[in-house]
Amino acid sequence: MNPFSSGTCLRDMIRAIRACKTAAEERAVMLGYPTHFGQMECLKLIASAGFPEKRIGYLGLMLLLDERQEVLMLVTNSLKQDLNHSNQYIVGLALCALGNICSAEMARDLAPEVERLLQFRDPNIRKKAALCSIRIIKKVPALAENFINCAASLLKEKHHGVLITGVQLCADLCKVSSEALEYFRKKCTEGLVRTLRDIVNSPYSPEYDISGITDPYLHIRLLKLLRILGQGDADASDRMTDILAQVATKTESNKNAGNAILYECVETIMSIEDDGGLRVLAINILGKFLSNRDNNIRYVALNMLMRATTLDAQAVQRHRATILDCVKDSDASIRKRALDLLYLLVNDNNVKHLIKELIEYLEVSDQEFKGDLTAKICSLVEKFSSEKIWYIDQMLKVLSEAGNFVKDEVWHALIVVISNASDLHGYTIRALYRAFLTSTEQETLVRVAVWCIGEYGDMLVNNVGMLDIEDPITVTECDAVDAVEVAIKRHTSDLTTKAMALIALLKLSSRFPSYSERIKGIIVQNKGNVVLELQQRSIEFNHILQKHPKFRSALVERMPVLDEATFSGRRAGSLPTAISTSSGAPSNHPNGIAKPATAPIPDFLDLSSDDVPAPSSSGGDFLQDLLGVDLSPTPAPSGADMPPKASTDVLLDLLSIGMPLPVQTGLSASDILSSSQDDKAPFVNFNGLASLSSLSANATSPANAAPMMDLLDGRGPGPQKSEENGQAYPSLVAYESSSLRVMFNFSKQRGSPQTTLIQATFTNLSSNVYNDFLFQAAVPKFLQLHLDPASSNTLPASGDGSITQNLKVTNSQHGKKSLVMRVRIAYKTNNKDVLEERQINNFPQNL
Amino acid sequence: MIHFVLLISRQGKVRLTKWYSPYSQKERTKVIRELSGLILTRGPKLCNFVEWRGLRVVYKRYASLYFCMCIDEDDNELEILEIIHHYVEVLDRYFGSVCELDLIYNFHKAYFILDELLIAGELQEPSKRTVARLVAAQDSLVETAKEQTSSITNIIAQAAK
Repeated sequence: MNPFSSGTCLRDMIRAIRACKTAAEERAVMLGYPTHFGQMECLKLIASAGFPEKRIGYLGLMLLLDERQEVLMLVTNSLKQDLNHSNQYIVGLALCALGNICSAEMARDLAPEVERLLQFRDPNIRKKAALCSIRIIKKVPALAENFINCAASLLKEKHHGVLITGVQLCADLCKVSSEALEYFRKKCTEGLVRTLRDIVNSPYSPEYDISGITDPYLHIRLLKLLRILGQGDADASDRMTDILAQVATKTESNKNAGNAILYECVETIMSIEDDGGLRVLAINILGKFLSNRDNNIRYVALNMLMRATTLDAQAVQRHRATILDCVKDSDASIRKRALDLLYLLVNDNNVKHLIKELIEYLEVSDQEFKGDLTAKICSLVEKFSSEKIWYIDQMLKVLSEAGNFVKDEVWHALIVVISNASDLHGYTIRALYRAFLTSTEQETLVRVAVWCIGEYGDMLVNNVGMLDIEDPITVTECDAVDAVEVAIKRHTSDLTTKAMALIALLKLSSRFPSYSERIKGIIVQNKGNVVLELQQRSIEFNHILQKHPKFRSALVERMPVLDEATFSGRRAGSLPTAISTSSGAPSNHPNGIAKPATAPIPDFLDLSSDDVPAPSSSGGDFLQDLLGVDLSPTPAPSGADMPPKASTDVLLDLLSIGMPLPVQTGLSASDILSSSQDDKAPFVNFNGLASLSSLSANATSPANAAPMMDLLDGRGPGPQKSEENGQAYPSLVAYESSSLRVMFNFSKQRGSPQTTLIQATFTNLSSNVYNDFLFQAAVPKFLQLHLDPASSNTLPASGDGSITQNLKVTNSQHGKKSLVMRVRIAYKTNNKDVLEERQINNFPQNL
Repeated sequence: MIHFVLLISRQGKVRLTKWYSPYSQKERTKVIRELSGLILTRGPKLCNFVEWRGLRVVYKRYASLYFCMCIDEDDNELEILEIIHHYVEVLDRYFGSVCELDLIYNFHKAYFILDELLIAGELQEPSKRTVARLVAAQDSLVETAKEQTSSITNIIAQAAK
């Protein structure tokens, strides 16, 4: 070929490629269009002989391709040749590309080359090879052993570039392979300490100096590696204490480089086994950091202090005041960190003071921060409430300030506590009334106030149970009814508040008989309300007021004390207690089971006829029964996709309630009563289970509850079967569509908690027979799966029969990771092939 | 390790991206959009670290450009600030008082320099002098190759006359 033309060609091509690179790069980076046309050009460039082409080609490769693309495989051969090239810059290019984007297969292919290059004569190549090896061992951990010896020899280098990359390689080797960790710990700790000492004591060197410190990067890498080696090993930790002390005291901290080294040093001190002298030094450094004006330093200090609290809480307590100031800082990142840290520091001594400060800050804080702050305050108050009266006070303050940010479980808990603190009822209701008058825009406060006024209205009016600290206040019956009326009439009140207000009015009509008429008038106004819930309530209550005056007082007697123990037990199981604090007329149940209007009355007759307070377990059951379902119409998140978080105890609890409930009522119950009790309990079970599988506090919406109910009806023996296994793993609907249902029943093998036996049952929900039914499953690497042959491969229509298949899953990360499985179901129906694939994430967590 | 490096202008235009962890094209655009929104709106006095998706992003503003590097939770943020500064100083030494315009017109050179500084998300060379020397050596290789092709051309052109 004419060299002249090839010369121009080459130059033009280079220019064209450069232009193309611009366009490609622009598009690839800025607009994200596919860039396939550029990829083949890059491959051609890489394969060509000249350095400039290769340079551009590799750049294009790194920009346009990543490890997931198959085209990358084509480059492997070119890379291999370039790694053996005589021109060291080309070798460098190849190592760079390999280190940035290689895939696992390429890593396996080219690892021997890279190993060889770790001992190349040119230090620049050695350092690139070291970093490239890091990527290789991350992609293919099995190859780590090959690199241990080479890496150890890199630690003795003098060239700083090779040294820092070598240290980094050793650090990553230790993370990947415990064999490497042992090796380095035994052989290299001394050497590393010596290197660190040399670099700390080294004189000024213009090439590596940064703000007066020679090569801070090397300092930091060495400290990191020492940390990895010293963690958990007293011997190695001993050898490092001197040098750590030296670094901690000698390093200047007026520039960022020095602070970076000090930070790393403190991290190392915190992680290794140490007697305490060094720890004190470390915490002092952190204290100095905290009072630094630079935001970065303070952020970093707060971070570290969180780790330090686990080791030495006392020392960190001394800095409490500074941390409190940081909560009020203008920087959002610092505020968040400080709040998290403060949360860890709270103990019985300082809780009152801290809560006071936090609540004061709540008033002036930003909206975004309020949510966080409120949640933390509420959980602290609950954890440390020694006296009920303090708890109630603080919660009222929080509700008045930021009631809208308070979660449902929190105000439910408040109500439980209030009902339990019988001597404080009068005080509480008066305080609530005062708060209600001033802050009506806080929805939660309104709800709690309305409930309390309903329950304890008579105490409010008659000033029952005045404590010494209270100011006298006169509230007439009229005022009380006014307050509730305001709650109903306000256009910003939502459904729950209005519903609760209606119940409260019903209760008040019994407690203040003279106001019956007026209350009836208010209730009647809602008879035509658009919302079904309110309409139903107002009609029924009106009915009660008019036609059943005798029942009325029995109906709305003071509620029995809500059982705190069961309640907190349930909450601890992270089960959102879907409570509506109506004394639930069960016709509110959204499960579509219609109950005659007289049905509620036997329940309450039952309550009032048993004069003794119900025993605690059935008190809990009544908690479940009465406090039915949250009325909020928000749809639940798709429960099936979220992994459940409940502990086994909670599951047991639910299942055990589900079983003996009919016995506990102790009544020669009418059929309605027992069936309604029965229906409620399993319903509640599924409510619980459904909410197990959704992490938010939203209860399942009415619509979702119905199919859940059907599921249980359709498979009665479900909960019992899992109980028989002696382990409470509920059956799981792994997959449900309009045409197919897959159920998993779990059991454990005796003596091997890691192995779970799953019996999968497939039911055909359509009206066509499925033939050639095939079920396949795949699991991630930490699980092992064994599939037994299925019982048959024909699935009769409309649930007439089912196919069962046994699976055995062994979880090597038992307790740490829960099961996850991808299933594929194939069958023939109506002469059509159907293929369904699904990922199942909602296995119970401790399988 | 450093998961990716982004250079974003004050107006939100992306000047350079380098990815050391696998992100698909779609994910990359999403990441860039999210981080631009997060970082460009931060005030000047705030700290240089942002928590994002369980990772930490360290950013520093130089004139009209934001240099962002995304790291793991357990990495040393102050060191990353030093690495960012290291990169800027090398760019400065190479271009002579570098400005955003230099990076726009010579983005490929910015990539070459970054490749001499970081591989696989880790620092490669702490000495600015060495990095500059290496890049200069490679540039001169490119120059000589160009010289050679043009000189052959001339010779042949002469001979063909």
